[in-house]
Amino acid sequence: MISLTIDGMTTQVQEGTTLLQAAKLLDVKIPTLCYHPLLKPFGACRLCVVELQRPTGYELITSCNTPCQDGMVVSSNSKHVLEARRLVLEMMLARWPNVPVLRQRAEEVGLTQVRFTSVLRDEAEDACILCLRCVRICEEVVGACAIGFEDRGIQRRVVTPFNRESEACIACGACAHVCPTHHMKFVGEDYRGKPPEFLLGPNTAIYMPTAQAVPKVPRIDREACIHFKTGACQSCVTVCEPGAVNHKMEDEEIEVEVGQILVATGYDLFDPTPMAQYGYGRLDNIYTGLDIERMLNSTGPTGGRVLLKNGKPPRAVAIVHCIGSRDENHHRYCSRVCCMYALKFSHLIKERTEAEVYNFYIDMRAFGKGYEEFYSRVLNEGANVIRGKVAEVVQAGWSKQDEGTLLVRCEDTLIGRFREIPVDMVVLCNAIEPRRDVEQVRRLFGLSRSPDGFFLERHPKLDPVATTTDGLFVAGCAQGPKDIPDTVAQASAAAARMLATIAKGVVEIDPVRAEIDENLCSGCRTCIPLCPYSAISYLEDKKVSQVNSTLCKGCGTCVAACPSGSITGYGFSDEQIDAEMVGLLAV
Amino acid sequence: MKTSKNGFEPRIVGFMCNWCAYTGADLAGVSRLKSPPNVRIMRVMCTGRVDPSFVLRAFQLGADGVLIAGCHPGDCHYQEGNFKALRRTTLLRKMLRQFGVEPERLRLEWISASEAERASSVVTEFTEQVRALGPLHLETPEEVFAELGVEAS
Repeated sequence: MISLTIDGMTTQVQEGTTLLQAAKLLDVKIPTLCYHPLLKPFGACRLCVVELQRPTGYELITSCNTPCQDGMVVSSNSKHVLEARRLVLEMMLARWPNVPVLRQRAEEVGLTQVRFTSVLRDEAEDACILCLRCVRICEEVVGACAIGFEDRGIQRRVVTPFNRESEACIACGACAHVCPTHHMKFVGEDYRGKPPEFLLGPNTAIYMPTAQAVPKVPRIDREACIHFKTGACQSCVTVCEPGAVNHKMEDEEIEVEVGQILVATGYDLFDPTPMAQYGYGRLDNIYTGLDIERMLNSTGPTGGRVLLKNGKPPRAVAIVHCIGSRDENHHRYCSRVCCMYALKFSHLIKERTEAEVYNFYIDMRAFGKGYEEFYSRVLNEGANVIRGKVAEVVQAGWSKQDEGTLLVRCEDTLIGRFREIPVDMVVLCNAIEPRRDVEQVRRLFGLSRSPDGFFLERHPKLDPVATTTDGLFVAGCAQGPKDIPDTVAQASAAAARMLATIAKGVVEIDPVRAEIDENLCSGCRTCIPLCPYSAISYLEDKKVSQVNSTLCKGCGTCVAACPSGSITGYGFSDEQIDAEMVGLLAV
Repeated sequence: MKTSKNGFEPRIVGFMCNWCAYTGADLAGVSRLKSPPNVRIMRVMCTGRVDPSFVLRAFQLGADGVLIAGCHPGDCHYQEGNFKALRRTTLLRKMLRQFGVEPERLRLEWISASEAERASSVVTEFTEQVRALGPLHLETPEEVFAELGVEAS
């Protein structure tokens, strides 16, 4: 430990601490300009000068890059220090008189009058004051080295190599972020191209997925994180006091031995972009059900307010049911949840805005407990329901006032007329569909899929949670579209079935398996390569083959192939099958 | 039930694997899909269990056709039993010809547990095919010798 005195206060600090850091620990304020906590101290601006007492007098040193030494006596606000700071700022203001950060610092040190003027006087408020922060962060933190200095002395300028668009620039925006005068500007669109919140809000490379995320820890977006582009940065590691950020973490495969598996892999949502007539991704203010769900959420991107892209509340909202479901061109099945969430949206939009709400439906399926009552309630609140599929959504802006307004064209089948309804916002209730990786998962577990693509249960009526494989269960939307109560019921049933097996403590194995009669076996070993479970082994001493009855699954491939007929497949022996055939063909 | 002009109703033995084809056929029933009753289904655990001698025995017992139906390639519950069945069936067809049985009377199909419509259509189609072939006629040794112009001893 090192002991030193700053402004009459004595303190002890770790070796390697700079004077500026020590002052901060003592709450002594020292003005800075080129200093940035993420960067190495540079000592360019000379604003952080302090007075160091020497036996022979005093010395002015920069506090940002001077390490503490034992017995130092330092003053941060002596006459000499303030004089030096005033002079530094006076010179800078002579060249850049209107930069707010300089004027503010000048005020802090009591500089009122500038006596000089510069030949390169720049009156811009966002002039570059050559603090070097941008160049240093690009090199030290980002590791891209895309910008540097050109020329010397007062001719110095921040430039990209050869003044051309730099290939080394990864468009991270770090230089703009640290620029104290906003001379550096980040002009790009969202370079990551995929902010969360379903394209509704901004994001950074490290973020909390949602406010209700479980576990509640931030995640790093590998695509956007500078560290994964240049190997540098690690700013989050620097500022995280508990040291919880680890860029070296990788996806890992963990092997767990289990006796039963519940496949509850969920669903994906139908992408309405290919249905160009509805304009999703093409026109503004067209959202999917999940987008609006986030928008209506109090922790969502708009804090629960229903807003258009221009920040105004909508005057009319169309909610279009059955996008991709009950549609011969996409999914023939009904997604089951959309009618009710569409009614919920109607209710919430009515509650939070003055907007007129139109529901376009094929059939209103309010089938569950309390659902029909909710439907009546929403109708009483004044939501409009129009029975008919929407033909298309088009941009309607005829006049400036109507700019951005959308026009929904549909047939109202109940009054038998074609209608055009102007709205500001369209919500598409897109279908629930099997997950993208459903086929890989199916292969992995040896499951089957029903024609709609979801996992097939053992029996549609009598066994809707089990699958054809013992110990393998399905629950939730992995088995077919269903709402929360149905999912909870099915998952509970599956869990109970699994617990029942665990409570029993023993598993009954199918008696169907193969056995070799040692007296008949010729030891030809035809059966051994046929067995997919390697359940058959050859006994060298007896010169016969033998089936391991716990490994055998009873497929009977070996039974069918045995040239000497010495293998019996229990439950499906040659005699049994022959007798069955005789019976079948007797008539 | 549809009957042909001459009143011939083929009798077909259908070996169906427990996991795919049998379940698919069951689903066809649960889904109330119509299929002709000519295919008499025998459940086996896997098409790999179908010994070629079963097929020959079925023809011997008077079956007019044999249908073997299992899981789609790559979907076998026992990993590769259906490939074994494919191998055996290909060889067996060659042998059937030597026995004087039209190879078309033996058919191997892949039907998954969810393909109720396919199960129904395969059964219908195969029944019609066998109906068109007519009843199975297995020649007696005397007939064979007569054809060859040799006296039976």
